[in-house]
Amino acid sequence: MTTLLLAEHDNKALSSETAKALTAAKALGADVHLLVAGKDAGAVADAGAKLDGVAKVLTADDAVFANRLAEPVAALLVEMAGTYDAIVAPATTMGKNVLPRAAALLDVMQISDVMSVEGPDTFKRPTYAGNAVQTVRSKDSMKVMTIRTSSFEAAGEGGSAPIEAISISVNDPGLSSFVSEELAHSERPELSSAKVVVSGGRALGSDEKFREIMMPLADKLGAAVGASRAAVDAGYAPNDWQVGQTGKVVAPELYIACGISGAIQHLAGMKDSKVIVAINKDEEAPIFQVADYGLVGDLFELVPELTEKL
Amino acid sequence: MKILVAVKRVVDYNVKIRVKPDGSGVELANVKMSMNPFDEIAVEEAVRLKEAGTAEEVVAVSIGPKQAADTIRTALAMGADRGIHVATDEIVEPLAVAKILKGICDGESPDLVFLGKQAIDDDCNQTGQMLAALMNWGQGTFAYRVEPSDGSVKVTREVDGGLQTVDLKLPAVVSVDLRLNEPRYASLPNIMKAKKKPIEAKTPDDFGVDIARRLEILKTEEPESRQAGVKVASVDELVDKLKNEAGVL
Ligand SMILES: Cc1cc2nc3c(=O)[nH]c(=O)nc-3n(C[C@H](O)[C@H](O)[C@H](O)COP(=O)(O)OP(=O)(O)OC[C@H]3O[C@@H](n4cnc5c(N)ncnc54)[C@H](O)[C@@H]3O)c2cc1C
Ligand SMILES: Nc1ncnc2c1ncn2[C@@H]1O[C@H](COP(=O)(O)O)[C@@H](O)[C@H]1O
Repeated sequence: MTTLLLAEHDNKALSSETAKALTAAKALGADVHLLVAGKDAGAVADAGAKLDGVAKVLTADDAVFANRLAEPVAALLVEMAGTYDAIVAPATTMGKNVLPRAAALLDVMQISDVMSVEGPDTFKRPTYAGNAVQTVRSKDSMKVMTIRTSSFEAAGEGGSAPIEAISISVNDPGLSSFVSEELAHSERPELSSAKVVVSGGRALGSDEKFREIMMPLADKLGAAVGASRAAVDAGYAPNDWQVGQTGKVVAPELYIACGISGAIQHLAGMKDSKVIVAINKDEEAPIFQVADYGLVGDLFELVPELTEKL
Repeated sequence: MKILVAVKRVVDYNVKIRVKPDGSGVELANVKMSMNPFDEIAVEEAVRLKEAGTAEEVVAVSIGPKQAADTIRTALAMGADRGIHVATDEIVEPLAVAKILKGICDGESPDLVFLGKQAIDDDCNQTGQMLAALMNWGQGTFAYRVEPSDGSVKVTREVDGGLQTVDLKLPAVVSVDLRLNEPRYASLPNIMKAKKKPIEAKTPDDFGVDIARRLEILKTEEPESRQAGVKVASVDELVDKLKNEAGVL
């Protein structure tokens, strides 16, 4: 019995999402091999070898994996699948893109967004924006699953797993090619791993105001910044800041929602936060039903005051 | 070019669902149902490509009970040309949906297949990727922008950290994200016209697909609910509580 965990990385650094997915992978009860598919990603493999609970790091270093496009990475997973009982990846946009493709090629029904491992074939997963949690038992002999990383603690460090290059070659199927990437580089913590998240909604009114009001608060708290769908759709915040059912799922120590009504789709992405603060001028706003501390009033006054007094 | 669009009938996104007390599932009787919102975006994109002269035909496909035909009618009213309804009363998992869609693609030979990135009932986010795999076609998931040209399509994708653009050889599968477009409301005349558009009736057996579940659902339960906390009267009180009561500062 061995589990293959697909590493999330950018060829330079291993994402902390991998360490969280590792905790879920270990819960399956078998040895875990970490697959680093990339190009010149030696530093990623080194970081993976240190994770507590990785039995072996396997590297597939090839230009076809440079951008971890689904077609070649899924083909690699299928080539490797024979010696594994489970293939696991964090439910990042990479994991969600690659794993179902591999699952279909292996004729396996993927288990998406696993939030708890109940046994080697039994898992809990959210449906209906997290309002109905299913316990499912997979009848497939191979398990293919993506992990809801906000539900698992990151595995620690202290390991020293061997690193092995694998010799499987995957012909570039030529179905897709990488054109370009526009990635924001920020000094702020990442949304999915930050201890504190401050989020802004439609009430911010413009991207200038969003920046003017939300960023100083985030700076003061060393927080990541999130947003509601309405704020993203209106262009106040970038796409990948969207928190919710169809955006990112976060569970920080502290989540501060400013001018967000609390639609079920938004709650789906943040209601597992430890402490929730809501600032909203409508005292009936549904966000107050999940907030530990609610402050009713105008965010344009209250948020700067909060920033100042922290 | 021919475009196939997969549309799923789901509980309307405004409905607050209820889990059945016996843990057997979600209450679906007398609940408002609609087209999956992502699929509306998929239909809209296909219809716009038709209006731009890039596509000649848009075919809407749904797999589901007899009312799924209404979902197809909605797509037809938005501008799709014809429908294919694969009728079944079972809840079909993404892998089996992808296999049925493969059967349809084998017969229809579309140049592009549009799907939603995620159905808001099962929240699986798998079907498009699975269909692309089974067809051995390229996949552009979580599409933010779609630009077809001769023999290929450029898809800009919403990814963690920003946007990524890939170029896919046609035929290809595209799953759409929220920012791709804003779907139209069908006008009354178009709703009337849609009634005359053809919907072909099929079954999973027609495609030789076994729809037996691979994931046995043992139990469905409500998540742990969160109690509402307190309202604080001022920023000072909030800061005090965060420091001294919650201990998160
Ligand atoms: C398929 C689908 C997927 C979706 N996925 C997501 C998702 O992942 N994430 C998500 O967030 N949403 C998602 N949504 C959208 C969701 O349904 C809501 O529309 C959205 O969350 C609303 O955003 P909002 O709270 O910022 O805006 P609104 O609902 O407009 O709320 C604005 C709030 O600001 C308050 N306000 C206004 N002015 C002030 C002021 N000066 N001071 C203080 N408060 C003020 C108002 O009282 C109000 O409560 C999805 C919807 C669909 C259909
Ligand atoms: N029963 C179905 N009928 C038609 N399309 C479907 C069906 N199930 C899933 N799809 C398509 O696949 C997308 C993703 O669904 P899922 O993988 O279940 O999250 C949906 O947005 C639809 O476009």
